[in-house]
Amino acid sequence: MGKPKNQPEGGQAPVVQRVRLRYAKRGPLRFTSHRDFARALERAILRAGVPIAYSQGFTPHPKISYASAAPTGVASEAEYLELGLRERVEPGQLVKALDGSLSPGLDVLEAVEATVPGSLADRITASQWRIELPGVGDDQLATAVAAFVAQSEILVERMTKQGRRTFDTRDAVVHIAAVRSQTRPPGVVETAPCAILDLVVRQVTPSVRPDDVLSGLRVVADLEPSAPHSLRSARATRLAQGTLTPQGEIVDPLEADRDPVVIGER
Amino acid sequence: MRGDSVFPQLELLLPLVSKPIQYVGGELGAVVKPWESATVRWVLSYPDAYEVGLPNQGVQILYEVLNEREDTLAERTYAVWPDLEKLMREHDVPQFTVDSHRAVGDFDLFGLSFATELGYTNMLTELSLARIPLLAADRDESHPIVVVGGHAAFNPEPIADFIDAAVLGDGEEAVLEITDIVAAWKSEGCPGGRDELLLRLARTESVYVPRFYDVDYLPDGRIQRVVPNRPGVPFRVHKRTTMDLDAWPYPKKPLVPLAETVHERFAVEIFRGCTRGCRFCQAGMITRPVRERSITTVGQMVKEGLEFSGFDEVGLLSLSSADHSEIGDICKGLADQYDGTNVSLSLPSTRVDAFNIDLAQELSRNGRRTGLTFAPEGGSERIRKVINKMVTEEDLIRTVVTAYSNGWRQVKLYFMCGLPTETDEDVLQIARLAHEVIKSGRQATGSKDIRCTVSIGGFVPKPHTPFQWAAMERPEVIDGRLRALKQEINSDRSLGRAIGFRYHDGEPSLIEGLLARGDRRVGAVIREVWEQGGRFDGWTEHFSYRRWVDACAAVLPGLGVDLDWFTTREREQAEVLPWDHLDSGLDKDWLWQDWQDALTEYEQDDCRWTPCFDCGVCPSMDTSIQIGPTGRKLLPLTPVNTGLRVPAGA
Ligand code: B12
Ligand code: SF4
Repeated sequence: MGKPKNQPEGGQAPVVQRVRLRYAKRGPLRFTSHRDFARALERAILRAGVPIAYSQGFTPHPKISYASAAPTGVASEAEYLELGLRERVEPGQLVKALDGSLSPGLDVLEAVEATVPGSLADRITASQWRIELPGVGDDQLATAVAAFVAQSEILVERMTKQGRRTFDTRDAVVHIAAVRSQTRPPGVVETAPCAILDLVVRQVTPSVRPDDVLSGLRVVADLEPSAPHSLRSARATRLAQGTLTPQGEIVDPLEADRDPVVIGER
Repeated sequence: MRGDSVFPQLELLLPLVSKPIQYVGGELGAVVKPWESATVRWVLSYPDAYEVGLPNQGVQILYEVLNEREDTLAERTYAVWPDLEKLMREHDVPQFTVDSHRAVGDFDLFGLSFATELGYTNMLTELSLARIPLLAADRDESHPIVVVGGHAAFNPEPIADFIDAAVLGDGEEAVLEITDIVAAWKSEGCPGGRDELLLRLARTESVYVPRFYDVDYLPDGRIQRVVPNRPGVPFRVHKRTTMDLDAWPYPKKPLVPLAETVHERFAVEIFRGCTRGCRFCQAGMITRPVRERSITTVGQMVKEGLEFSGFDEVGLLSLSSADHSEIGDICKGLADQYDGTNVSLSLPSTRVDAFNIDLAQELSRNGRRTGLTFAPEGGSERIRKVINKMVTEEDLIRTVVTAYSNGWRQVKLYFMCGLPTETDEDVLQIARLAHEVIKSGRQATGSKDIRCTVSIGGFVPKPHTPFQWAAMERPEVIDGRLRALKQEINSDRSLGRAIGFRYHDGEPSLIEGLLARGDRRVGAVIREVWEQGGRFDGWTEHFSYRRWVDACAAVLPGLGVDLDWFTTREREQAEVLPWDHLDSGLDKDWLWQDWQDALTEYEQDDCRWTPCFDCGVCPSMDTSIQIGPTGRKLLPLTPVNTGLRVPAGA
């Protein structure tokens, strides 16, 4: 039970295995902030008996590195992190143990042992998003998307920790399309219309988030849902993230470790 | 449909509010049951923000006890912040539970837990958002029965108009009995409606139903009498006492939230009750007698709770934890068991003696000696006799210096201001004490790197204590004394620099005093404050003294009383107090005698190690002291299995 107590330099067991995980943030638990998730994961690691390794120093930290952090309120099917372990485990068992110790809605989906050098974060250059827009009709969205695509630069504003910033949302968008509502996933029951936006956005600095693209749509086409909805009640989900190929596809960042040969040939 | 989730409507509002995670639930340990699976459905609330309410031990215990029953489901709701409240009103979203996001109005029983009276306005927000009529008299069979518990429920008169019932004392068995009564009434087809159900509850003699009692007043505003207005309703309602805490080892599955909360640790109550007899302490008076949980049950609870929750901190909770008959063995045993892990143990004990330091030392083996807290409560030896906090100045200084000598750099000292018979001199004495502590500490350690923080709270006289008759001091006087004290502390630059000073203004205490000792007439004040926007009164940044004073001025004169009448007025022995018909077991004559003893600075011993002093509780409640030692020890834990644990069902 518990993690090792404070130990002098050199007292911590070394990392013998690195395991990379994909996890999802679903349903109501999409409102979990990154900080909340990190705390929940550390507790789940203790409960599940995962042999996590700790950093050296007076206040040892568990060896967890996050490759990504979906914004609070945004759901995700594709978040990635890496664990440094002091004993070897079978990745499939790790998924079971950890997922069983996390609240339903924070779901560990798969794990692979890191076999190829290079950090996970370096393999992530773009994300695919789906955004449901309650109160927006299909045609309204299609018009706005056309206006968006026609521009080469769209400036929007957002409050950041450094204060109000203005930046371009157009250039980072690789793909943007209104999905017809008949392809809406089952189970989404809406009395109001609910258009769906499909997006692929490159990772840039400052980052362009789904809500920035919506701001961009508002700037170019006055996109505004019918009351009582607002753009802020849009539901965004990260469907995938990884390396963007010249063909515009997103390659799963775990792919390389799963099958090092394949990626080596690419 | 009743029991449906309102999450789809709520979800649209959550991106617009701060910290939405507090409204979505998803805690480990949360229980979600199908609506139709239960006959009796409870919603429990600690009416404060989620971050304060979630860790509440009382609610967690009742939640678990109720959900263990096949035929019952219990969910939780907390106070929503004003940003969400506004949106919920605009978009017609009702007060919801965090477990299944069901509408609070759909449940059979709505239980609220009050540790502090300052939560009353939040109850009105919850009722109104739940679309439950604020006045109990306006409710019908479609509305939940609103029942309150917790320490403040020992005088629920100020909220009597808003509640259907109150339970005094421990809740474990009480909620089960209430559930039985509701289940039987429902299975009979709800005969006699709401009125009949409340009558059945009242006849148990341990559920107080305010509507079945009439209060008559004298021309001068005092209460003439409180009498039942229905046959079969008892003259007095008795408190509940859970005996044998080993038989009630809750919480077994502590709730582990996703959101950050004020208490991120697993707390185990090591005993209930306290007979130290501090005269200001309502908790000590109303939770008698002392009932210990045995060392082995404590050890078992710690082990299972940590395994379940993944917490890395354990708090050993009680009103005076160092007083457990086997506390030494508990601390040593747990420290041994968790040696070499990062599990930290804490003991919220504020007893002023060397033994307390031994315990703290045991618990901080891993090296961190950040701070120790002692609570002498009164600045002068004289006032400490008045409040029955027996500690001499010599002892106090010796204890603090021992702490410094053992490696603690920071010591916190708790005091109260505004105590009965208090003079300026009693308060200034705190400065001299603090100076002495630093001086002796520097001498003993040879270091200037020691600090002490003086923390001062306003005294609030509470029902069922010897000080229930006492006059409160006016806020201006309190604030004046605190200013003078601050000056006195800083009168010596060198010592002053090593002393931190933290205090609460006198104003919030005065309002707490109004709510603590108020009667039914105060209900109109609470309502007026709430209508004027009063919310989260326990939070300095939300509390408005002006709003309360204005509401008192608007409402009370018409009833022949005022704010001063409830607060700064001393009561006489013969006066009927608003809570006299609510039986905490304490003999009113004994309380009066203890009040007189306070005025003559006569101290009262503890009945755990001196003979029973006849406070009245044990015979009238048919209870007795349950303490060890058991002589048992905590065995070393078997080495933990390092393999992965895959939870059942995963
Ligand atoms: C942990 C703790 C805190 C924590 C956590 C609070 C929380 N969210 O629970 C923190 C540090 C935040 C805190 C803050 C405060 N606390 Co505090 N706290 C405690 C402590 C140490 C333990 C509480 C506890 O868990 N008790 C054990 C549980 C099981 O008891 P319980 O909640 O009363 O529940 C039982 C019954 O009352 C009943 N019951 C409760 N609710 C209901 C509801 C229904 C419907 C029914 C039927 C029954 C029922 O059933 C339960 C099981 O038997 C107590 C001291 C103590 N040992 O009790 C002080 C104590 C409760 N706190 C107290 C005070 C004054 C405060 C503050 C107001 C301090 C301040 N001035 O800021 C604030 C209030 C903050 C707030 N808004 O609540 C006082 C209460 C005063 C009094 N009654 O005389 C106490 C007694 C300490 C003392 N000796 O002065 N506190
Ligand atoms: S009745 Fe006697 S033994 Fe029981 S709590 Fe009171 S003084 Fe102690």
